[in-house]
Amino acid sequence: MRKLLLLSTIAFVGLVFIARLFYLQVYNEDPYSLLDDNAIRKVYDYPKRGYIYDRNGKLLVANQPSYDVMFIPREVKPLDTLELCNLLKITKEDFINFYEKAYRYSPRLPSVFIPQLSRMEYAVLQEKIRKYEGFYIQKRSLRDYQTTIGANVLGDIGEVNNYIIENDPYYKSGDLIGKQGVELSYEEVLRGVKGIKFTQKDRFNRDIGPYKDGIYDTLPEPGKDITITIDSELQEYGELLMRHKHGGIIAIEPSSGEIIAMVSAPSYNPNLLVGRQRSRNFTKLYNDTIAKPLFDRSLKAQYPPGSPFKVLSALIGLQEKVVTTQDQFSCRHGYYLGNRRLTGCHSHASPLSMNQGIAQSCNAYFVNVYRRIIDKYAKPAEGMDVWSNHVKSFGLGDYLGYDLKIGNKGRVPDGAFYDKWYGENRWSSTYNISNAIGQGEVETTPIQLANMVAAISNRGFYYTPHIIKSIEGEEIDEKYTTPNYTTIDKEHFEPVVQGMFDVYNGGTAYSLRVPGIDICGKTGTAENFMRIDGKRTQLTDHSIFVAFAPKDNPKIAIAVFVENGYWGSRFAGRIASLMIEKYIRGEITMTAMENWILTHSLEDEYAKPYSGKEFGINRQSALQVIDKITKDTVVNPLSTRPSPFK
Amino acid sequence: MQRDFRGLNFDWITIALFLLLVGFGWLNIMSASHSGEVTSYFDMNHPYGKQSVFIIFTFFLIILILALDAKFYERFASIIYFISILSLLGLFVFGKNVNGALAWYSIGGMTLQPSEFAKFATSLALAKYISDLQTNMKTFKDQIKAAGIIVLPAVLILLQNDAGSTVVYAAFFFVFYREGLQQIYLVIAVFLILLAVLALKFNVVVAVLVAAVLIFGHHFFGQRKRPQIIQPIAILLACIAVAFGIKYFYNNILQFHQKDRISIWLRLESDPDKLHEMKQTILYNLNESEKAISSGGLTGKGFMQGTRTTGKFVPEQHTDYIFSTVGEEWGFLGSALVVLLFVALLLRILYLAELQKSQFSRVYGYCVASLLFFHFLINIGMVMGLIPTIGIPLPFFSYGGSALWAFTILLFIFVKLDSNRINEW
Repeated sequence: MRKLLLLSTIAFVGLVFIARLFYLQVYNEDPYSLLDDNAIRKVYDYPKRGYIYDRNGKLLVANQPSYDVMFIPREVKPLDTLELCNLLKITKEDFINFYEKAYRYSPRLPSVFIPQLSRMEYAVLQEKIRKYEGFYIQKRSLRDYQTTIGANVLGDIGEVNNYIIENDPYYKSGDLIGKQGVELSYEEVLRGVKGIKFTQKDRFNRDIGPYKDGIYDTLPEPGKDITITIDSELQEYGELLMRHKHGGIIAIEPSSGEIIAMVSAPSYNPNLLVGRQRSRNFTKLYNDTIAKPLFDRSLKAQYPPGSPFKVLSALIGLQEKVVTTQDQFSCRHGYYLGNRRLTGCHSHASPLSMNQGIAQSCNAYFVNVYRRIIDKYAKPAEGMDVWSNHVKSFGLGDYLGYDLKIGNKGRVPDGAFYDKWYGENRWSSTYNISNAIGQGEVETTPIQLANMVAAISNRGFYYTPHIIKSIEGEEIDEKYTTPNYTTIDKEHFEPVVQGMFDVYNGGTAYSLRVPGIDICGKTGTAENFMRIDGKRTQLTDHSIFVAFAPKDNPKIAIAVFVENGYWGSRFAGRIASLMIEKYIRGEITMTAMENWILTHSLEDEYAKPYSGKEFGINRQSALQVIDKITKDTVVNPLSTRPSPFK
Repeated sequence: MQRDFRGLNFDWITIALFLLLVGFGWLNIMSASHSGEVTSYFDMNHPYGKQSVFIIFTFFLIILILALDAKFYERFASIIYFISILSLLGLFVFGKNVNGALAWYSIGGMTLQPSEFAKFATSLALAKYISDLQTNMKTFKDQIKAAGIIVLPAVLILLQNDAGSTVVYAAFFFVFYREGLQQIYLVIAVFLILLAVLALKFNVVVAVLVAAVLIFGHHFFGQRKRPQIIQPIAILLACIAVAFGIKYFYNNILQFHQKDRISIWLRLESDPDKLHEMKQTILYNLNESEKAISSGGLTGKGFMQGTRTTGKFVPEQHTDYIFSTVGEEWGFLGSALVVLLFVALLLRILYLAELQKSQFSRVYGYCVASLLFFHFLINIGMVMGLIPTIGIPLPFFSYGGSALWAFTILLFIFVKLDSNRINEW
């Protein structure tokens, strides 16, 4: 017995040790990965981010070096603090603050002392930095916008957030990623692939040398340059015209679906979101909940389209063979059902056939056509579905599929929509005649409207709108080069196009015609409401205009939308005509029209709902005349503040 | 006739296990202590180079030990013990203080740690005393005398502030037990450990309750002839006193770092913030060592490929924490092999000890097995977080000349004694 005690204790301890080893090494262990090993430092080598060019090859976005002042707290020797603070334009308190924060993080590791100096500051500091032991300058690459326009198109880059880091292993804390616009859409193309270098560290986090002589290291792959479809001159002109207005412009080349201008107003200078001031400026832009400069109205603003939608009613009527171009409808300042007036109308000749119906934008005419479409079928829901399918074939009611990451679906009601609302079969076409004139439950975004016009100008098809023109050495997605056909036969388009042409020749946009250019257009006015102190209050109508030109072989299709601009030709129509002339002719001959736009502001109108006072709308709103604005007029409050370093 | 075989009579299995451990140990020391290129295996700027020299010197020691007559060790056991005690006493005058322990002689750039050598000296003296015909280990008087042989060096070492090396002397309990110490001491020892753990982990009340259940359970159901009730009550009162004593000892006598080690071992700290802070400070070594071992996985990262070893994340890795290198670079397979090698060596020594005809050889063999086992238990247990941190080397594995030589002498005296077992005296 006495012999067994030590023997069994040894055997027992041996077993316990092996069990413990098994638990630690086999049972409890995640598969080993070099990337997760905190004994190995991973140093990333960031490639050059791709440049962005406009459709004419003009460089819009490049890169600029930026300089971080770095320091290693433990290596800092006593120094002339005051002089360094003056050089860096910081206070002594800041200095002590930064130093102590970094020291707490690690006395041995480099920390950023002052991030992102400009070239100017760097030049001054460069010669003197060696006087300060422990400090050095590290170069980084930032975006350099060669332009002040197109913030909503180009977007910006910023540090990745935690959500992305957790979900995409490519990104590490501190990496930059496209946040908006094409920077976001083409992030993977522009960023390239970063290289990685593995370095063995010791327990004090110091580097001891390359891990396994660098056999796992990779070289960075530079990002690709891209060309976008924007015409920067037209874009700039559009942004100029939209100053002091809220709204959006989308211009599309119908023969390709390329977006040649995409204006959202108010906008901001993209340079505001570069480097050191980015977060401060972003917060300011983000907090401006009245002007909402970060809200891209050209892609996201969803409103009833108003009268431009009437041309669809005409097309569907012809396709469904419920109306001919010769059929006439009378209008008694509105559409009457028995003695009840369902919708009003303005003064014009009566009765009207299709051509003048479009040119004069007669509400009664289109309500008649709409009712015939719906009533053609036994059940209203059936008719509604047919109508809805035709409308949707123009790219309305759903995401268009363009290559920018934001947007709205819009809304195109179908039979089920009203069945749910009123009960099955408990409604008829008279319940929703407003849809005929784009005012009922129909809602669209500016880009959807522009695309609809492009489809009409092409007489029955459209290319999915897109912002990418070419990627260095790569084909663009096939989706953008395949036509989408509408459900309307080609021959029905000609009379409708003629009607839109006559909008300019004696119709509602007569005053907007541009000599020498055959423009087809359609005015629109949309009622809109806002909740003020919990009360639904009507505001001045939105001014809407769609157009394309020339009438044959169209080069540009455009949708303009100006918040609270009142009737269609007042603001939106003028802007559309000027944009078309600028694009087709390359210069402006309509100087009076241009002057009018550049001297009229809507800022007063936008201030009304926030004034807290009673206010009048539409007819009771006065035009606000301002000094003529030019390209150099600074309108953005953020950009008027001088940068501390420029 | 058998005299002719004297030269070949050694237990080659023991020697082979010894060589495997020393060789594998050296590889791991190299891995844990190199910095970049290994230019020479005898590079005296690095521990692995010095260890190479230590190992070569070891072979001279082995030859010397095996060349001496087996009788020499028994005859001179007392003198060796006496010299060893003198060397420990000398430390108080000539010793060099390293990390707070006055445990080293510094001789021309070399350091020697006499407490390492005291282990085999004590073993020899103990074997000699127990094997004396006058000695009867079943008597209390002789037990006390034998204990005195152990306590003397242990106290000297403790006074030099080297508590780790002192703990090792508890290993001789196994020898006492084998040679006749009453069973009641084993029961008391186990009972005391249980009482201490319960009192510290929970509280005195729990410890006393458990003790009461065991004592009265034994009193009423465990014995055929029941003694007077006064006996279990007296034992229980003693238990209460001991439990309070342990609590007092823990709170007031132990030094802070010793207290912390016990608190970590028993997982007494539950505040996550405090625990996090501990991981950065007193738990740092253990934490890094466990991480290194875990990261080895089944097969390890390969010789000289351990990232945490190369980065020197585990302090003292080539000495007390050498086993974490094995864990990281050789994985579960390699570390389990090392454990098995040790178990095999220990069992082999035990087996041989039981075969000895002379009591001196048997007791000495038992001392060797017990001492090696204690180092194995405490060192590997500590590196894996099973035992409170006690800084003692892993025999044959850890870097260091004194320890390597002392363990070699300890082992090879037994190899020599064993080779002589079938010879006539």
